[in-house]
Amino acid sequence: MNKMQKAITELAEMDELAAQSSPVHSLHPAVKLIAAVAYILVTLSFDKYDLGGLVPMVLWPVLLFQFSDIDVRTCFYKLRIVLPLVMAVGLFNPFFDKTVLLRLGNLPVTGGFLSMLTLMLKGVFCLMASFLLMATTPIDNLCAALRQLHVPKMLVTLLLLTYRYVGVMTDELAVMTDAYHLRAPGQKGIHISAWGSFLGQLLLRSMDRAQELYSSMLLRGYHQHFHYADIKPFRKRDAVTIALCIGCFLVLRSVRIAEVLGRIVVR
Amino acid sequence: MHMADALLSPAVAATMYAASGVAAGISIHKLQKDDEPQKLPVMAVTAALVFAGQMINYTIPGTGSSGHMCGGMLLSALLGPQAGFLSMIVILTIQCLFFADGGLMALGANIWNMAFYGCFVGYYLIWRPIMQSRWFGDGKSAQRARIAAASIIGCVVSLQLGAFSVVLETSLSGITELPFGAFVALMQPIHLAIGLVEGLITAAVLLFVYESRPELLQCLDHTEGEGGRRSLRAVVAILAVVALVVGGGLSLLASSNPDGLEWALFGNAEQGYAENMGLDEENFGLSGKAADTAAAIQEKTAFLPDYAFADSDTPAGTTVSGIAGSAIVAGVALLICFAGGFFRKKKKT
Repeated sequence: MNKMQKAITELAEMDELAAQSSPVHSLHPAVKLIAAVAYILVTLSFDKYDLGGLVPMVLWPVLLFQFSDIDVRTCFYKLRIVLPLVMAVGLFNPFFDKTVLLRLGNLPVTGGFLSMLTLMLKGVFCLMASFLLMATTPIDNLCAALRQLHVPKMLVTLLLLTYRYVGVMTDELAVMTDAYHLRAPGQKGIHISAWGSFLGQLLLRSMDRAQELYSSMLLRGYHQHFHYADIKPFRKRDAVTIALCIGCFLVLRSVRIAEVLGRIVVR
Repeated sequence: MHMADALLSPAVAATMYAASGVAAGISIHKLQKDDEPQKLPVMAVTAALVFAGQMINYTIPGTGSSGHMCGGMLLSALLGPQAGFLSMIVILTIQCLFFADGGLMALGANIWNMAFYGCFVGYYLIWRPIMQSRWFGDGKSAQRARIAAASIIGCVVSLQLGAFSVVLETSLSGITELPFGAFVALMQPIHLAIGLVEGLITAAVLLFVYESRPELLQCLDHTEGEGGRRSLRAVVAILAVVALVVGGGLSLLASSNPDGLEWALFGNAEQGYAENMGLDEENFGLSGKAADTAAAIQEKTAFLPDYAFADSDTPAGTTVSGIAGSAIVAGVALLICFAGGFFRKKKKT
């Protein structure tokens, strides 16, 4: 399976997850979007040494994974992209910040080590929040919610159309790549002699395809307005849910739950 | 170059969202004014193609490694800067939402770093001036050379600006302990090499489009006559050598003087920050009235003020209890997991 086929599989998996039904799936998409953004903002607001404050933030994604009945391993697979980048930046911290902040027995813990751990946890938590949003919300519903939140129509329609065509284009390129590699066995990538023509051929065909697509859209009555299926009205209970979510995050941010619990066992 | 959420503070993330939002707003306004409804499907299909095209590995001769295409320059050369910018926004959004490539809060910064520079700076300051110039003379071969030069220079410049923005945003967020100068010296030369390769690939694709359908390219003078024909590969090879020589020189400069900005901001410490920056310490310095008033306002209005235990005079017991508490939270989380069958094998539907 080449890189493009893996991408198509990943997209299909996300679509399948979003199509399931659970209490989290049935929430209004705008609620999930705003809650995810609020969660990420609060998570990022923790100080770089505040590991104790940050750890309780794990409770939110854990609860959502439970209520949405989604396998957490699907999410961890996506960490392969996020963690190396975060690690690349965070790994320097222990070398530059050698101030000893606490000792665990005889083991000194430096500020750099703590900030590295905090950075990695922030990366994982934020990824979980974004993943849960997309794993419980179909793209059509998310786009409808974006329109309700007054995101410009052009951008939303473009997002939806591009998403539809990402699958088609990726599939076509996957076939082309396979065909190329079958004719050039043992070659890692595209040879310099085909740099332009390989993608260029498809690019030209795609431009023609776009014109055909526009003609077919016009024949189906497109007048620069896209009709979204299943637009849920934003009700009072949705506003209350958002308020509750934000309230929870503020409690997790302001009450040092880890320390309170710790004091129960450590005197 | 996709930044993760963890690399940004909320303030920097929000600022970058605002900056990218303004650029997107202006682009949408311009496209609506042009009133070309057929452009939307073209943008969507081209964006989807660029999304997929960025996954292709192009072998770099003699190195064994591979490179990728530069989306921003390609899209702005084909669709124009505004349409290219919006298409790039959509590509980055899909990468962020479905592939975890870049974070949701870091999307504004990623749009700025990868789409804004490639589409606006790359187009208005590089692509258009070069394409409208008489560089390399007249004729088709000159036009090919201009396309290749604009693509390579555009990709190198936009990637350099993007990489510098990544360093700036990460440093302003206070995420890394790596000194600003060292971070710049680490990032810029790497992205110089990447930019050169991306530029060459983008040039190859655009030259192919020029040979087949020149009317698809922006800012192209279609009226000029046929000139002396030079091999496409020869043009790319000559420009690659020139770019490598120039790039290598710039890279050496970047490595030998990496911390000019750092010196300007923080260096020469014995003379003091304010003197360095030419500020009047009485009125604008750290102990000035303006600073005190600003600090007082900030204290009252600050959203979620940080309270690190690093600088606080918290007794050691509190720290230990924090760790113990964290362990309890982790235990509670695990309990919830087991209670709900968190680790159970899901049935395939």
